Amino acid sequence: MAQSPAHGTDHHDHHHAAGHHDPQDIKLLGFWIFLVTDVILFATLFATFIVLRGGTDGFETGAELFNMTGVIAETFLLLTSSFTSGLAVLAMHQNKVKPMITWLVVTGLLGAGFLALELIEFVELVHEGATLQTSAYWSSFFTLVGTHGVHVTIGIGWMISIIIQILRRGLNSDTKGKVTVFSLYWHFLDAVWIFLLSIVYLMEVM
Amino acid sequence: MADHNNTHNSHGGERHEHGSVKSYVIGYIISIILTIIPLVVVMNDMMGRTATIAVIMVTATLQFLVQLVFFMHIRDGEQPRWNAITLVFGILILLTIVIGSIWIMGNNQIGMRM
Repeated sequence: MAQSPAHGTDHHDHHHAAGHHDPQDIKLLGFWIFLVTDVILFATLFATFIVLRGGTDGFETGAELFNMTGVIAETFLLLTSSFTSGLAVLAMHQNKVKPMITWLVVTGLLGAGFLALELIEFVELVHEGATLQTSAYWSSFFTLVGTHGVHVTIGIGWMISIIIQILRRGLNSDTKGKVTVFSLYWHFLDAVWIFLLSIVYLMEVM
Repeated sequence: MADHNNTHNSHGGERHEHGSVKSYVIGYIISIILTIIPLVVVMNDMMGRTATIAVIMVTATLQFLVQLVFFMHIRDGEQPRWNAITLVFGILILLTIVIGSIWIMGNNQIGMRM
C-alpha cells in the first residue's frame, strides 16, 4: 500500500544490500511472536481441560460420546491441508501464480471439510445432551476445541482475502509475504490439532 | 534439501531456503505415520495405560517437530534465529502453565479429600 508502483516492480525480491533488513523478515518474526502468544492461549485452555476433565457432574464423557471415525477423518483432512498450503508456498517461490492459487483453494476446501465434520460432531454431542452448560468437562472441551475451530474459520476467511488480493495486484514482495505468513499460521493450526487429537480424544477413549 | 544456501554469512544478503517438494512430501509421510501409530495403539488397546500415554505424547511431540522442521522451516533464516528463540520461550511458558496447573490442582484435590 505504502509502496509506489515503481518501487514494487523494480525492486528485486532476492537482493538486499548488506545491513538493510528486509521488511518481510521483520514481519515474519512479528508473526512468530504472535504464534507464540497463541501457543500460550492454547496452553491455558489445555491446562483447563486437563484439570477439569474429572468434573463430569455424573454425565457421560467423551469416552462414551466421541465418534472417533469423524475425528480421524478431521485429522487427515487438516494434515493434508497443511501439506497443500506448503505446496502453495513452493509454487509461489517459483512465481507460478495459477498453481499457487489452486493449492490455496485446495487447502481452503480441506479446511472447510474439517470444519464441517467438526460442526457435525458438535451437533451430535449437543443432541446427546453434552453442551457448554452440561459439566465442567464439556465446558472446557467445547472452549478448547471450539477455539481451534474459530482459528480455522478465521484462517479460511483470511486465505480467501489473500487470493482476492493476489488476483487484483499480482505477486509482489508484499503479497508473497502474506502467503508465507498464512501458510505458517495454517501449519501452526495443524500442530495444535495434533495435541487436541492426542490429549482430548486419544487419551479419553483409550 | 535445498542445499544451495551453504555460505554462512549473516549479512542478510541472502534469502532463506524454502524447502522443496521432496522435503514437504517427506514431512507429510512422516506425519501420517506418526498419526497412525497412536491411533492403532489406542483403538486396539495394545498397551497398558502408562505405555499408551507415553506413545501418544512421544508421537505427538515428534510430529510437532516434523511440522516445525519440514513445513515451518524453523531451521532456516539468518543467525541469530529469533523465531526459534521466541518459540523456545513460548514452549517454556506453555510447560509452566500446563504442568504447573496439573501439579497444583492435583495437590488441591488431595488436600480436599477428607
